[in-house]
Amino acid sequence: MLDQNAFDMRKYISRNPQSVAVWIALFVLIVFGLLRYDNFGSAYNITSFLNYNAMFIAISVGMCFVILTGGIDLSVGSVAAFTSVVAAYLSPYGIEVAMPLAILSGVGFGLFNAVCIVFGRIPPFIATLATMLGAKGGSLVISGAQTIAVDWGSNFTQLGMEKAMGIVPWTIVLVGILIIGLWIVLEMTSLGRTILAVGGGEDASVMMGLKVNRAKVFAYALSGGCAGLAGVFLASGFGAGQPLEGVGWELSAIASVVVGGTLLTGGLGSIPATVAGALLLGLVFNILNFENGKGWISFSAYWQMVIRGAFLFAVILFQTRVMYRRPNAEFAK
Amino acid sequence: MTTVTSEETMRTDYTSRLKDHGGLIALAVILVFNIIVTPNFLQTQTLAVNISQVATIAIVAMGMTLVIATGGIDLSVGAVMALSGALAPLVFLSDFGQAYPVLGLIAALLFPLLAALVCGLFNGIIVSVLKVQPIIATLILFISGRGIAQVLTNGNLQTFSNPEFSYLGTGKILGFPFQGWLALAIACLLFWVVNRTIFGRYLLAIGGNERAARLAGGPVRGVKIGAYVICSVLSGLAGLIVVAINSASDAARNGNLMELDAIAAAVVGGALLQGGKAPIFGAILGAVIIQLVKYTLLANGVEDEVALIAKAVIILAAVYIQQARKE
Repeated sequence: MLDQNAFDMRKYISRNPQSVAVWIALFVLIVFGLLRYDNFGSAYNITSFLNYNAMFIAISVGMCFVILTGGIDLSVGSVAAFTSVVAAYLSPYGIEVAMPLAILSGVGFGLFNAVCIVFGRIPPFIATLATMLGAKGGSLVISGAQTIAVDWGSNFTQLGMEKAMGIVPWTIVLVGILIIGLWIVLEMTSLGRTILAVGGGEDASVMMGLKVNRAKVFAYALSGGCAGLAGVFLASGFGAGQPLEGVGWELSAIASVVVGGTLLTGGLGSIPATVAGALLLGLVFNILNFENGKGWISFSAYWQMVIRGAFLFAVILFQTRVMYRRPNAEFAK
Repeated sequence: MTTVTSEETMRTDYTSRLKDHGGLIALAVILVFNIIVTPNFLQTQTLAVNISQVATIAIVAMGMTLVIATGGIDLSVGAVMALSGALAPLVFLSDFGQAYPVLGLIAALLFPLLAALVCGLFNGIIVSVLKVQPIIATLILFISGRGIAQVLTNGNLQTFSNPEFSYLGTGKILGFPFQGWLALAIACLLFWVVNRTIFGRYLLAIGGNERAARLAGGPVRGVKIGAYVICSVLSGLAGLIVVAINSASDAARNGNLMELDAIAAAVVGGALLQGGKAPIFGAILGAVIIQLVKYTLLANGVEDEVALIAKAVIILAAVYIQQARKE
């Protein structure tokens, strides 16, 4: 089932009016950065920015699928911490072994969420909250609450440092493939369309004979897998499995998805806009660093949280305006 | 045939009773287990320690219960705790607070609660007037509230020695911690509000069916804002208690992950996430269960990490049983 209008700009805007805000904000912020700071557009800044934010982008796009089904996944941060420890333990066997197994362990947590939600009928908020606590406990138990150093002799650490064809770091290549793959899945496959339909109206989807349960299980397993990938990035980027990391990641990811214009009730949203949302929230931090470097003002790191919250607020205000104007009263409810 | 049916009714009667009083049964099991296994469990010292720790969770969980009763959720409670906890020492350590100790103390109690009230208004207005989903609306303050607290204190740990203020967290009445009595008093007050006032009736009506409540002419907006304001003010109070216990304010840690404990306590206590139920004493029961499980595991040398997993199992079990009861 090919959606031929998927890449039509006007169709995109008319279908995702609430995503416009994030693109405008991202554009303004990038132009501002380019004009104000000399090294903002340097290859070094761009690659290190993308390298660092790759893990947040990964969990954000996974979260986007879950939110599109009308659910939520609070476990991603803890799962990423857990899989970073798994990846660190497996690093002596090389990236070929460590990465797939770490991602698989993330998928395992996602499947557990799915079983609780789809078959145990436990609300997503609660089920994934429990998994969050469980995964956090689990990662502390298997690591003994210590960071686990990766094996520097293996090729595991190359993930964050080696560059594909000498230009782009592998992390960015991987996350790029993930984004494009998931974009295609969402826009062009029956599975993706089912996910959108489930979020739009679950009862109606069931009555239409759509495979609702399969779509939900896929979304949670995917989110777990994306968290697993983020854990691999975390371990390779910092050279150690980090059982204490990941606190608050789930909420940053939700913020990225929401800033990207995806409705939290599900059924409406887009992968590129989610990525833009994640980039926007990351850019706030990047620009603050540059501003501090200029020496005019000295924002402490604590300001970034305040400013991120303010950004979220501004985007939400904008969204509610846009949605009120929509003739479809469903969104203004 | 008839015997089978009567046996079946008896069994369903029995299981439904089990589900209705699951929390109390769980509490009894934990208590019996502790009396047998944990050394020195039946001592007033143990009781006092547990009460002083459970009070803050219970106070926040009661506010959370009111918000959940409207069908909402408040993720910002921990951040509000950090904010109010950071403000109090700032006030009584200021020049004004040093010059007029009594006025300074009063201001150190009122000003943070006022700030918490503003946070509650902010949450409530975004939820009820702008119609933003509660998770997102309260996410704003969850992210930036703690940031504001850290900006105010420059991220520093504020230590102080102020016996009058510390009474909030270390004082004792009849041998039991002051904050335990405070939590009990708040519970009685909120129980009365929920069950005997118009505000309380509308609170439950909104959670039961918001449209119907609005069509019936109920002040839906005002009541919803009220629920968020109460929740925030109670969180602010809990933040003050934590600071008073430690004689120090750490904006990075005060109330960290409290939203999870509070939601867990409310749910274990019988609050329905869809709204329409506000079991105030249930929230206290939930907080006590969570605290006791934590204490049991720690007292028996089980690692803190395993306690997290136990908490996860309790939450899942509580909601699963709830879910089964609804069907």
